[in-house]
Amino acid sequence: MNKPLTGHIRTDGEAIWIDDYLKLGGYQSLSVISKMLPQDVTKLINDSGLMGRGGAGVSTGFKMAAVPMGEKAATPKYLICNADEMEPGTFKDRWLLEGNPHQLIEGMLVSAYAIEASVAYIFVRGEYKLAIKRLEQAVKEAYSKGFLGQSLDMHVHPSAGRYICGEETALMNALEGKRATPRSKPPFPPAIGVWGKPTLINNVETLCNLPHILNHGIDWYKALSKGVNAGTKIYGVSGHVKKPGAWELPMGTTARELLEVHAGGMKDGYEFKALLPGGASTDFWLEDKLDTPMDFASTAKIGTRMGTGTMIVLDDKTCPIGMLLSLEKFFKQESCGWCTPCRDGLSWVAEILSAFERGDGREADIAQLERHARLLGPGSTFCALAPGAASPLATGLKYFKDEFLRHIQEKSCPYANHLHR
Amino acid sequence: MLSAEEKSEIDHEITKFPVRRSACLEALAVVQRHRGWVSDDTLKAVADYVGMSATELDGIATFYNLIYRKPVGKKVVRICDSVSCFIMGYDKIRSKIEQELGIQLGQTTPDQEFTLLPTPCLGTCDHAPALMINDSLHRDLNEDNVAQILRHE
Repeated sequence: MNKPLTGHIRTDGEAIWIDDYLKLGGYQSLSVISKMLPQDVTKLINDSGLMGRGGAGVSTGFKMAAVPMGEKAATPKYLICNADEMEPGTFKDRWLLEGNPHQLIEGMLVSAYAIEASVAYIFVRGEYKLAIKRLEQAVKEAYSKGFLGQSLDMHVHPSAGRYICGEETALMNALEGKRATPRSKPPFPPAIGVWGKPTLINNVETLCNLPHILNHGIDWYKALSKGVNAGTKIYGVSGHVKKPGAWELPMGTTARELLEVHAGGMKDGYEFKALLPGGASTDFWLEDKLDTPMDFASTAKIGTRMGTGTMIVLDDKTCPIGMLLSLEKFFKQESCGWCTPCRDGLSWVAEILSAFERGDGREADIAQLERHARLLGPGSTFCALAPGAASPLATGLKYFKDEFLRHIQEKSCPYANHLHR
Repeated sequence: MLSAEEKSEIDHEITKFPVRRSACLEALAVVQRHRGWVSDDTLKAVADYVGMSATELDGIATFYNLIYRKPVGKKVVRICDSVSCFIMGYDKIRSKIEQELGIQLGQTTPDQEFTLLPTPCLGTCDHAPALMINDSLHRDLNEDNVAQILRHE
């Protein structure tokens, strides 16, 4: 039971369908909550210490408690599962969606009970074709067994491929059939959300934790972790390592253990240079941060972020500026265009990085990039896309200064694996 | 004009939402499934049907990667150009595909068989580089297997 979320997921690629899910004890948490008041479920989740697994690490119980309760609360209330996994380098929710769709539905039933939501949506990436098919099938099964359709209706909404839709307020606009630009905050979604009603939005992995917390209690849940924050975490490693993959491990597992034990270390012929700990929107870490426990509190303590917990490893054969260019091109393309630092700034960042890769970089460009990294930082834009883009840029400029200078001196990219267009 | 079948499928989607126009992306997906892409006339018909202006719907249609406002080939190849795939050799795979199909990113082959497009991260980074051909995902690509995948898909 040390891998509650993924321990039952089949290794042959098939999903766990309703009969098998029930045999494994599925939907048991519904009888636990039936003996509890909604507010007590929220309190239990709050006390469990569960933090949102989408990347921001906000307390799930805190978000649930922000939803207005009682007779005066506006209805209907909405619960949305954010399954728009599109953070580059992140591949954890796909595993849960394809492997065990009923676990997610059960988690959503728990959450909906706690906030008294009567309608739920699963907002899923359009590219996740298999996940969409399986979610639709699982929702149908849950209706036929009577888990859905009584107090909660559930719909699957396949999106059509834009990163910004993963931002809570852009997601709500998308669901309403509007252009998916983020909204000004406050008001926050629990107060005024989709169609103007109270709305709770949680990540896939977050919701999948709920049934297990209800079934086994908070002492058990906290004991799963070896870090500051509770529970397990799905970590992943990609790049030139021996065994890239994703694993459910105790929260607080160090980056070094992920890299050297679970991913088997670097592939022969490749040396470790740096990593992004949890997707494109996180800071570069050099070797000195490898012993940091990968949890929200421990990474915040050293002034950085875990993000999604799926790390991307940069090796010595790949150009760090090429990697930065790939990252910033992504952010430039996925900017919704609403805020100036993001819309205009990221285009310039990508153009300047591209000049370095072509061999046209100048020393003054480094200062210009540093200026953009500041302007893209927190506080200048409606949402976190621009600050996310600034994280690898600012730390890349700090750690790879020599590489920029080398590109200027040699008037070309010295690496075999670079990005030239 | 929308067909009776398209209308009935869109009607079903509308039942999932409290507001009719909220089903506009689903409606676009329905007509694209039937027609392959969304022409100006189709866009206007969908806008009328869900109750919004064609201009506003076009702002939504063009916002999304997976709604095609131009004709595409029978097989849409979407190659991931995000960071993990870049590290694992995206550039070489892209060159190989461009060479095999004789087209660049954003183009369609003259026989209308293939359209080649970039896509952000496909969420399968432990098996990078990756691409999709229509609804199917292909992973662990290298310069040898990618040509075969294009031929057999």
